[in-house]
Order: sequence, then C-alpha cells, then structure tokens
Amino acid sequence: MIRTLPSSPLYKIGYRIYIAIFYLFLIMPLVTISVLAFNDSNFIALPWEGFSLDWFFSDTNERLGLFADEDLLISIWTSFETGFFVSLLSTIVGTFAALLFEEEQFRFKGLLYFLALAPLVIPGVILGISILLSSTSAGIFIEDNFGIYIESLSPSFWLVVFGQFSFCATYVMLLVGARLKKFDRTLEEAALSLRATRLESIWYVTIPFLKPAIIGAFVVAFLISFSNFNTTIFLIGSDPTLPVDLYSRIKFSSTPVLNAVSFMIVTVITFSAIINIYTSRKK
Amino acid sequence: MKKRNLTFYLFIVPVLAWLLFLIVLPHIDLFLSSFRVENDDGITVFSFANYLSFFEDSIYWLTFLRTAFYSISITVLAFVITFPIAFYLTKVISKKYSSFMTLLLLIPIWVGELVTIYGWMILLSDHGVINNFLIYIGVIDTPIEMLYTDFSMIIGLLYMSMLFMIVPVMSALDSLDDSLIEAASDLGASKWTIITRIVIPHSMPGIASGGIMVFMLIIGDYVAPNILGGKSSLWFTEQIYNFFLTTIDWSQGAAFGFLLLMLSSIIIWLVLKITGQKLERVGS
Repeated sequence: MIRTLPSSPLYKIGYRIYIAIFYLFLIMPLVTISVLAFNDSNFIALPWEGFSLDWFFSDTNERLGLFADEDLLISIWTSFETGFFVSLLSTIVGTFAALLFEEEQFRFKGLLYFLALAPLVIPGVILGISILLSSTSAGIFIEDNFGIYIESLSPSFWLVVFGQFSFCATYVMLLVGARLKKFDRTLEEAALSLRATRLESIWYVTIPFLKPAIIGAFVVAFLISFSNFNTTIFLIGSDPTLPVDLYSRIKFSSTPVLNAVSFMIVTVITFSAIINIYTSRKK
Repeated sequence: MKKRNLTFYLFIVPVLAWLLFLIVLPHIDLFLSSFRVENDDGITVFSFANYLSFFEDSIYWLTFLRTAFYSISITVLAFVITFPIAFYLTKVISKKYSSFMTLLLLIPIWVGELVTIYGWMILLSDHGVINNFLIYIGVIDTPIEMLYTDFSMIIGLLYMSMLFMIVPVMSALDSLDDSLIEAASDLGASKWTIITRIVIPHSMPGIASGGIMVFMLIIGDYVAPNILGGKSSLWFTEQIYNFFLTTIDWSQGAAFGFLLLMLSSIIIWLVLKITGQKLERVGS
C-alpha cells in the first residue's frame, strides 16, 4: 500500500496502469498540438500531410505563419506587457499585504483579511463584470462632474492590468505570507534595538529573507496574467491579449498557426520547468 | 494602542486602495446595477425586473441548475480521479521520482486553459486524433461524434480543473505519518478501511480547499463549455457573457452575475461548514 508495506503484484500493476493512463490523458492534448504545428496542411487536425515549418515562417496569404502574423505577434507582446505590470503591481501590494497581516495588529484586521482572500472564491467572470461596471460608473461620474474623460476607466490596457491585479495580489500575499510565517521575528527586533527604523529593519532584514518567495510570486503572477481569459475579456480595449486573440481565432478562423503558438507556449513552459528542477536539485 | 509609525501607513494605504476600489466597490456596484432597468421613457428606475426575467424564462433557471449540478458532479469526479494519483505521488513512489512527476502535473496548469482546451478540440473532433486512432485499430468504421457534446465539455472542464485538486491533497497527505498506516495494517485493517478511516479524514483540509478551487474554476468557466460544448451544452457564464458582450444589457447581466456569485458563495460556505474549515486554510 505504501512504500514500506508489501502489496500483491496485481495491485501494484493495476495501480501503475492507472497512473500511466492518467499521465497519458494529461499530456495527450499538449503533444497533439505540438506535433500538428509541423503538419504541412491547411487544417488544424489530421490527416498528417508531412513535415513543414510553414506555420512558423511562411508569409503567404494562404499560410500566414506565426512569425509573419503581425496581429498575433502584437497580441503576444501585449500579453507580455500586461503580465509585467500586473506582476509588478501585485508583487508590491501583495507583499505589503502579507507584512501587514502577519506582523501588524489593527482594527478590522479580520474583515480586511477576509476581503483580501475573497478573490479566491469569486469567479473570474464576476470580477471582470463588476470591475467593468464600477469603472464605467466612475468614468461617467468624473466626466459629468469634472468634465475630464479618463481613458483607463473604460475598457483599455490599464483596466485589464487592474482587473488582473485584483486577484493576482491575493496569490502573492499567500505565497509571501507562507514564507513570512517561517521568519524569526527576533531578527527584526534585534535590528530595531540596534536603532534601525521599522522601515530599515524590513528593508534590510525581512525583505532579503522573503526574496525567494517574492521572486516566485512575481513569476506566478506573470503566468496567471499571461493565461487569463475570464476576467480579461470584459476589460479589453482595442488591443487583445494572447488568450483573447486565441479564443477569437479558435471560434472564427482556426488555422494551424494556433498549433504553432501553442507549441511555443508548451515548449517555453516545459523548458522553464526543467530548468526549475535542475536548479533546485543543485541547491 | 501604541502610536502608529509611518511604515504602517505605507503598507496599509495601497492594500486598502486595492480592496476598496477593486473588490468592495465593484461588487456593491454589481449589486446596485442588477436592480437598474430603463422604463419606457428611457429613465433608469429601481426594479426587480432583471431577477423576475430569470425566473420567468425557464431556459435561464434550468441552465442555472444545470450549471450547479454539473459543477458539483465534476468536482466530485475530479476528486475520485486525482486522489489515487496524489496518494501515489506522496506515499507510494520513491521520493526521487516524485518531484519530477509532480512537476509534470504543473505543466498543463501553466500552459493555460485556452491552449489545452484547443488541444482537446483537435483530439476529439471528427477528424481528430482519437477518432482516427479508433478507426485505424478497427474498433469503429465511422467517426464517433464526441466534440460539441456534453461529453467533450465535461472532459475539458475536468482537464483544466482537476490538477488544482492534486496539489492541496498532496500537501495534506505529506503531513500524514506513514507509521499510522503501518500500524493500521499491522492490526489487520483492510486497504479500504485504511483509506476511509485514516487517509481521507486526515487529508480533509486539503480535499476541502482543493474541492473549493476546482468548483470555483468550473462554475466560473466560459472557455471549455463555449469551445467544446455543443448547442445544448448551456452554461450559466455563457449567458452572462452574452448580456455583456452580445446583447449589451449590462444590468440584466449584473443580475445574473450576482446570482452566480450567490450560488458559488452558498455552496462554498456549506462546504466550509460541513468540513469545519476556515477560508484562511483554503489559501494555504
């Protein structure tokens, strides 16, 4: 049953087969799209027509490859920009929140902590529509009363950034908070008794200790932002992010260039995972 | 209470701004908008009409119930499928391989839902890999219609959500001392007894938080039902999307959004009550 207990061969084999089927189920869609990205065909699925790099490099009208498809490249770039700003904002505010809830005592702390956790249990759709509604109301209110039109309150790049930030900050808070729980508070107290200010003690003592978690949280926030669809779709302006662009292509004009993009994403993620294993093993 | 220093305000101001402007106010506005209706003179008035239309048109509340039923069932299914995997990775396989196999589980999560759902679309289509394979080995002659059915929708929802169950269950199982299982086994307990009396009760916190994550992802999902589901595979989020992006009836959409929020909150609250968990634990 477990490592130290003997079990019957039949049980062991059955269990292994189940595991194998599960992993097959897991990698099947990823392998399929990756292989079909190199298919010399104008259709996204089978039959296999031979090997070709057309869907990466070709730039004819009939076959517009990934590196020639300007719209696609722009949406990938938009996703990178969005991801960068979302991670930056949520890393800063999420770390502040972690420090606040772990180290400070104040009134309504429980209520605020509950609100900070709420994005975990609010469906992404709801966050999207409620931020859309409230920012539109705010935009109308400001325009009526002050005569100023603020573009980022209507669907736009920055509204997407704020929308994604609203829940990414929660994940950062939890990741950084988990490491902060292991922090030895006496180190901070030592710094304070050596006449460091509170801010200095956090900057020179606590933050260096949290650094691995902060970097990890930045990466996690970036990945969440990069693949988010449910919240983004409502807040998007004229420039779509990659998932929104992929969605409309899947629905209305699927060509194997979708396979090529998917292949790139799968490859990058897999490589980063391998690098992650390699570096963590060296430590 | 001791005097606050500047650092405290440096921390609390951005956090308050985040919670107030992006969590609290938007949801209040969502709630208020759901009661807004334009009357014949084009003036916005307070009304329950948006909620009434939900109950009057059976397609709305039937979709609502259907979404709730499917979401709960798929969450249970995700648990049944992934529990043996989580158990295997933490308790059976040698530690050397376990970290590698756990990492493999994370790849589909990070690749993102759109790509994996697109992959399933190719796998399940009439000219897709699975149909071709089945024809090739001679099990069937003509392609089975798998795409654009409830079946493909369930596969997609299961695939994109179930991995979020494994991770918290694994961390709960990690903290279970192997010697408890050994002791039970020495005392003659069967595998079934050990699983139901020791392993599952111990990993309840992990199961509850994994279950909540999975349930949330499924009930709020749009991509899988929309891309993989057929004409009859209605999903409640699709109706919200339609009100916002197609028919542009925001206050009706807000009412539906609020109903969805209520549904998911009530179910999550019930799960937390029954399992005796706190929301704080779900995060960790």
